[in-house]
Amino acid sequence: MRLKRFLARIPLHTTILVFALMWLIPTLGLLLTSVRSPSNIASSGWWTVLPKLFSGGQYSLENYVGVIQQQGLGKSFLNSLFISVPATAISTFVASFAAFGFAWMKFTGRRVSFMLIVGAMIVPLQMTFIPILPIYNKLGMAGTFPGIWLAHTAYGLPMATYLIQNFMAGIPKDLFDSAAIDGASPLRTFWRIVMPISVPALASVFIFQFLWIWNDLLVALIYLGGRPSVAPLTLSISNLMTNMGEDWELLTAAAFVSMALPLIVFFSLQRYFVRGILAGSVKG
Amino acid sequence: MAEVTLTDITKRFGDFTAVDDVSMVIEDGKFTVLVGPSGCGKTTTLRMVAGLEDITEGAIQIGERVVNNIPPKDRDIAMVFQNYALYPHMDVFNNMAFGLKLRKTPKKEIQERVQEAAELLSIEDKLKSKPRELSGGQRQRVAVGRAIVRNPKVFLFDEPLSNLDAKLRVQMRTELEELHKKLQTTTIYVTHDQVEAMTLGDQIAVMKDGVIQQYAPPQTTYDHPTNQFVAGFIGSPGMNFLPADARKEGGQTVLSGDGFNIRLPESRSGVDIPSRVIVGVRPEDLDGPMQESTDALLMTVSVKEQLGHSLLVYGTIAGSQVVASLDPHRQVELDTEIYLSVNLNTVHVFDPESLTTLI
Repeated sequence: MRLKRFLARIPLHTTILVFALMWLIPTLGLLLTSVRSPSNIASSGWWTVLPKLFSGGQYSLENYVGVIQQQGLGKSFLNSLFISVPATAISTFVASFAAFGFAWMKFTGRRVSFMLIVGAMIVPLQMTFIPILPIYNKLGMAGTFPGIWLAHTAYGLPMATYLIQNFMAGIPKDLFDSAAIDGASPLRTFWRIVMPISVPALASVFIFQFLWIWNDLLVALIYLGGRPSVAPLTLSISNLMTNMGEDWELLTAAAFVSMALPLIVFFSLQRYFVRGILAGSVKG
Repeated sequence: MAEVTLTDITKRFGDFTAVDDVSMVIEDGKFTVLVGPSGCGKTTTLRMVAGLEDITEGAIQIGERVVNNIPPKDRDIAMVFQNYALYPHMDVFNNMAFGLKLRKTPKKEIQERVQEAAELLSIEDKLKSKPRELSGGQRQRVAVGRAIVRNPKVFLFDEPLSNLDAKLRVQMRTELEELHKKLQTTTIYVTHDQVEAMTLGDQIAVMKDGVIQQYAPPQTTYDHPTNQFVAGFIGSPGMNFLPADARKEGGQTVLSGDGFNIRLPESRSGVDIPSRVIVGVRPEDLDGPMQESTDALLMTVSVKEQLGHSLLVYGTIAGSQVVASLDPHRQVELDTEIYLSVNLNTVHVFDPESLTTLI
């Protein structure tokens, strides 16, 4: 019986393994290259390190010091944080309110407005640049952090609202009745009951949104411009590519700097990540 | 403590009338059960008393006050829900204290009242547990506790025991009974289980299609049902119904069909009845098997169930499905015909048109 199940799952496991390797091999190459010296990189491929992987002396963090200090990637890292964290927090927060309203409050036009918001997901964001950018320029919001927070919040809201609404709609109605009898106003019900229960959905939306904003280049380029004082990592790395396309040691180190935070976020919150994707689809 | 008065209460959802012109007075301190099949409007009625559902027409009074436009929190009621509705992220203490905290009750008093309620329900060692760590019975105790701590004028129960397994249900039923004896709070209790209704209620209101069919003490609904629906709903197994011809013979009313001939005593024959009627006989009012006689009912046996305290025999009398509850030591063979006697003092007669009770 067990053997049969094992055999039946071989195709699935093979597929997963292939995908994992497809992702892991370049990442490993990136990591190894980023800690080798420029001359070593030029003379031999990263895979030549593999046989003597754990012998010391061949690695250094010099490349990292280089990109972070001389190439200004440290500043960009902070910029990225300063863009991603507030933008993610604002959109998750706003989406929670909207989701609660759409899931549990009765008002005319509820279905239509919810459909409009969810429908906004299919609008390609590139289409919005030309109409919105002049408005940004007129208001003096282009090139500012609040400007990009607002942009990311707007682009993230449909998906976030949809996911959180899905979760909140699954909260049993009796809880709301019970809260009403206990004397909780809708706002208090939202804060004291709905939000704590929705933590898994909020966390997963937070992760999705955070990763998306962290990895975003286009929105930042359009609304922030290329000034180094506000440029996020993605922008600095793409500039680095243009300016120092031959210096692999710097590019790989820079790439790893940009990967570090998403990896940490993902591994520390992965249980929410999976639960969030399943939110609403499985009745617990 | 308060009397609850429903005056001409109607609730419509679009074209559908869920509760139709219901009037009843729930006396102060009494345990009143609303019972009926699903969709009969009993839960909607309860939710209107709670304020969770708008009232389309009519008025609800709690004590002296008309509460139609008063929000649930200000009605001084507490409600226990079928699936407990505990706040999953709060521990038992906070679940019970939530309502008190929102009412700005002093901390010390909250502590005391929760402790007292927890002891009353023997969950004082669970105060720090989350609902998911509790069994179904414990969860329902917490839900009851949450209602008790508020010390409300009226308790509302919405099928609180139907999620529990059979044994626990009986146990919790007794506990609720004792609790009511101690607290003497006016209680409205909704259930579809007529056994719960019979055992718990001081008064029971049998509902069907949004209308109260009978509102009376439990024994009255059993002994003197107002119509065929109540007669069939109250009692388990349910009452048997046999179409019959009725005629007067001397001073006696005679009810006859294919295989039976029931002569009601003169004391019960004073009522004028139509020539076609429905005869109602409770399974426990049948006895047998006995020798063939003119007064006996001829039953074809198809199934029997030995319950230990009684023997249920299923079959047909004059083509109608019937069940008889007999002495468990009687011998009954399957697929045979047996003669049963009937208790003439408890036979009911219903009008086939209006379904109301004639005798």
